[in-house]
Amino acid sequence: MVEQRVIIVGGGLAGLSAAMKLAELGRPVDLISLVPVKRSHSVCAQGGINAVNAITRQEGDTEYRHFDDTVYGGDFLQNQPPVKEMCEWGPRIVDLMDRLGVMFNRTPEGFRDQRRFGGTLFRRTAFAGATTGQQLLYTLDEQVRRWEVMGRVRKFEGWEFLGPVLDHEGICRGVVAQHLTSMEVRAFPADAVVLATGGCGLIFGKSTMSMMCTGAAAARAFRAGARYANGEFVQVHPTAIPGADKHRLMSESARGEGGRVWVPARPGDTRDPLAIPPSERRYFLEEKYPKYGNLVPRDIATREIFNICVNEGLSVQRGEYCVYLDLTELPPERHRKLEGILEIYQKFRGVDPRTVPMKIFPAVHYSMGGLWVDYERSASGGLAAGSPRNQMTSIPGLYAIGEADYQYHGANRLGANSLLSCIFSGLFCAPGIDCYLAEALKRSATDLSARLFESAAAEHREQFRLMAGRFGTENPYTLHRELGQTMTRNVTVVRTNAGIRETLEKLDELEDRYRRVGSTDGGGWANQNVVFARSVGDMLTLARVIAEGALRRDECRGAHYKPEFAIPPPRGDDPVTLRAEALRWCQAFRRQNERWLKTTIATFTPDGPAFSYEPVDTSLIPPRPRTYGMVGAEIVEDVWKQMQAEAAPAPG
Amino acid sequence: MERTVTLQIRRQDRPDGPSYWHRFEIPYQPQLNVISCLQAIAELGRTADGERVPPVAWECGCLEEVCGSCTMVINGRVRQACTALVDDLLAADGEVIRLEPMTKFPVVRDLVVDRGRMFEALKRVRAWVPVDGYYDLPTPRIEQAAQQESYPLTRCMTCGCCLEACPQVNEHTGFIGAAAISQAMLFNQHPVGRTEAEARYRALMAKGGIGECGNAQNCVKVCPKNIPLTDSIARAGRALTFYAIKHYLDK
Repeated sequence: MVEQRVIIVGGGLAGLSAAMKLAELGRPVDLISLVPVKRSHSVCAQGGINAVNAITRQEGDTEYRHFDDTVYGGDFLQNQPPVKEMCEWGPRIVDLMDRLGVMFNRTPEGFRDQRRFGGTLFRRTAFAGATTGQQLLYTLDEQVRRWEVMGRVRKFEGWEFLGPVLDHEGICRGVVAQHLTSMEVRAFPADAVVLATGGCGLIFGKSTMSMMCTGAAAARAFRAGARYANGEFVQVHPTAIPGADKHRLMSESARGEGGRVWVPARPGDTRDPLAIPPSERRYFLEEKYPKYGNLVPRDIATREIFNICVNEGLSVQRGEYCVYLDLTELPPERHRKLEGILEIYQKFRGVDPRTVPMKIFPAVHYSMGGLWVDYERSASGGLAAGSPRNQMTSIPGLYAIGEADYQYHGANRLGANSLLSCIFSGLFCAPGIDCYLAEALKRSATDLSARLFESAAAEHREQFRLMAGRFGTENPYTLHRELGQTMTRNVTVVRTNAGIRETLEKLDELEDRYRRVGSTDGGGWANQNVVFARSVGDMLTLARVIAEGALRRDECRGAHYKPEFAIPPPRGDDPVTLRAEALRWCQAFRRQNERWLKTTIATFTPDGPAFSYEPVDTSLIPPRPRTYGMVGAEIVEDVWKQMQAEAAPAPG
Repeated sequence: MERTVTLQIRRQDRPDGPSYWHRFEIPYQPQLNVISCLQAIAELGRTADGERVPPVAWECGCLEEVCGSCTMVINGRVRQACTALVDDLLAADGEVIRLEPMTKFPVVRDLVVDRGRMFEALKRVRAWVPVDGYYDLPTPRIEQAAQQESYPLTRCMTCGCCLEACPQVNEHTGFIGAAAISQAMLFNQHPVGRTEAEARYRALMAKGGIGECGNAQNCVKVCPKNIPLTDSIARAGRALTFYAIKHYLDK
């Protein structure tokens, strides 16, 4: 029998989970990664992984509540069956990671400890100090190394994915990749290819992401015909340490363990923060959202911090925007659980956050959008296990998982759900791929003509040769800096159509200048200059998908916030006016959902992305106003319930 | 005149090529780290003397000191470039910042070295938990004290500092270094990991194993994550003694 191989591109949590599970199913795997997989961006995840557990269950939590929190947090933009399935797998995934050796924090009795995270009222997050992503990644890395020793997995670290190889029927038959030291370009035949290549934060210049998170692999799949979904949904994390080279994440777990966000009530108050009495502080999240407090979902916390600095002028530092994240009141054992991140703050800022409030500001953090992927719905509303359609992109045989796909987080991701979605999509796609190889695929890649692979490799080889030898006046690092500036200015927290148009014009200019990028290194050995220049082209491709998607979407949903299209909140002094206002609000909300509760789909054309929209499967949990218990929300919720009841057919 | 930062960088075009120095100057800003200097040099593309040169090759990833990529020798000390803050370096060592690749690994180009041997060492000491499979099964309960003992060891990012600082890591000894020994001990104290303890002891007793450690204790001093490496080595030494005696008696 011909051996069927699977290629996985990317060795973060998603890629390694898929590799390990496919290996267990008996499928040989070639794992291609830019970096030694142990250095993948998943190491940066800090706070934890969400799953219902024995304790929350006794407090009324269920997999269904986790599912509800996730779609409510995501502003109902997710297809619900994959999210439901993921939340049901949560407890099993955390148990599995525990068995594999992740040193989750323990209670005195020896059970896994749990902490709170944003967007839920349950203590649903398992954690290993404040380095949970690193611990999970290392544990999966160890399992994959075990399979490598057993010969089931071959690793190609230090190779860059350049594009998929498609046969004449448009089926994915492998990839072309380049070795980043020898610069050799070659094709890797395979019967299925999985992209687990992470997010695209570098499009925004400085973000919390690692330096390889350019989105280049997704852009290359997009240009090869894969559809890209919800690109305009980019998470800006509320709490990061601003920096010259990047913004460093300050985990939500800091607030989960009791950290509080505040500013002095008086603008320009230059007193030592600890000398400012509580009565002269504004705990603005707690004031506005008494129910969730500092743990409102990220899009909301980010907007509030942005607003207090930019519009209310209450930044705690002159000439720079930032607010206090205060952990000074926490007991030492809480500090111990957060050691990993407190250390980061101390190393980069030279100040001990145990005794001095941290200064933080929002930064680009996660791509909710990504490659469009399919799924097969089961009778119970979850996913059909083992279906080859699960996680398959619009190119047959090409799969996408982890942050590279768009499936699980809708318009806003909840903290500690990304580690879950990465591991879930990795584990869950494996039996589907196994099935695809066994049943759906008619011919193996090994039966195809070698010419298919050779010509694909030759094309990429030629492109590299041209780039490396090019004399030009433009500098790729400068173009990248300008790209980051325009995207951050106009396509992050607050978006206006005028601003986005300005960015689209800037993108025209940058694309034009990109054609004149010169190489400063013609060398054929470890040529980082040309590799970076190439990725700038890919970032420009996705930047347009993000910006144009944002321009088209005239509404506010999750992380996508356009004040021109915000529905004004109900206002009124007496109950009657208020109720009329709430009714107006709910009607506008319903119209907005009819128009915009849709997945944005971008398709590549040589003249720029073409856009279309696809309905969202919201059949399990009907959309509702997203209020997070803000002051005065009760009346809106009440009116909405009444409207829904009236719209429903009368019981017969 | 505009204030600048001067960096002296040891360069090497190919693994078998000679090394040479280039001096760069970049504009000063507050809160620079060595990574942002290297980014500025890449964009600048020329030396302090105005000569156009290929950008310096270096490795980096997270820039938060959790991925281990950007280890290099900065002003004579091995550390991560991301947490090397320019203001601190200037205050401690004077006007010029000197960057060099690590010396215990083959140079690929400029500041990039090949740390593949560290990952090979993890295979040798079987640094994993040998579970039955990836299905849904009950989990072990772990004492808080055991977790607190293991957790610091799990933070090893395979960065290479401990090997670079160790006088015993050289071509003659083939010493695997403190990182791999510490990982072996981590898995030997895991309730399921310990089922392969004897295989790990055999690996540590072989050439290049713990016998090569000269107890210089440099590893623990340079570890950016303060991993108690010398404790792991001491525990490994004691365990190996017991194992050797038991093995001898069982013969």
